[in-house]
Amino acid sequence: MSEPQNHRATKRHYHVGAEGMFPAKVVGRVVATRSYETVKGKKLLLIQPTDWYGNPKGDPIVAADAVGAGAGEFVFYVKAREACFQWMTKDEQEVSEMPPFDATIMGIIDGVEIKEKG
Amino acid sequence: MKVCKVVGNVWATRKHWVLKGLKLLLVRELDVEKGELIGDIMLAVDKSVDAGIGDTVLVIDEGNSARQILENPRAGIRTVVCGIIDEVKKGGFYRRYH
Repeated sequence: MSEPQNHRATKRHYHVGAEGMFPAKVVGRVVATRSYETVKGKKLLLIQPTDWYGNPKGDPIVAADAVGAGAGEFVFYVKAREACFQWMTKDEQEVSEMPPFDATIMGIIDGVEIKEKG
Repeated sequence: MKVCKVVGNVWATRKHWVLKGLKLLLVRELDVEKGELIGDIMLAVDKSVDAGIGDTVLVIDEGNSARQILENPRAGIRTVVCGIIDEVKKGGFYRRYH
């Protein structure tokens, strides 16, 4: 087997190939006192990405919290460019004014129902 | 756009305000000719299609289209269900889904 051409898509990187919304478990908190000014005042959490059955998948990442999640909670987060759109303060805003986040927690999961067969 | 099958649903009471009143579905991409599910489970937002488990749906996996469908330039959502598929034709292949 040859090396993958896209180095971001190696197996160490979380969620290969898709960049939508994913489940994760909150495992900790991150505090950055000296940070970029748009990051200031936003809660940062350490989350462990999981699959939809709750099994850990990949390495933990840091995500900004838009809903007020706490430790141990099962949440879903959005990745990539969409992660900074919820932090817009008005409808028309320069991209440079948005905080530089690549993962944002969008909601706390109460329950999941999966029927993959049949 | 992708042909996907709804394999589950998610309920969440505490969520971001852009998701308020929207249905959250779990979808998996469908190989139309083989009829097999491929790829990972994705979380898709359903605004007005009202799909349920077992339906074959059309899913957009692109942020700008999602913001247009939700009519909200601040919606940080990427995957949106935009239709229920009735039938697929490809050469001699034909399948009806409901």
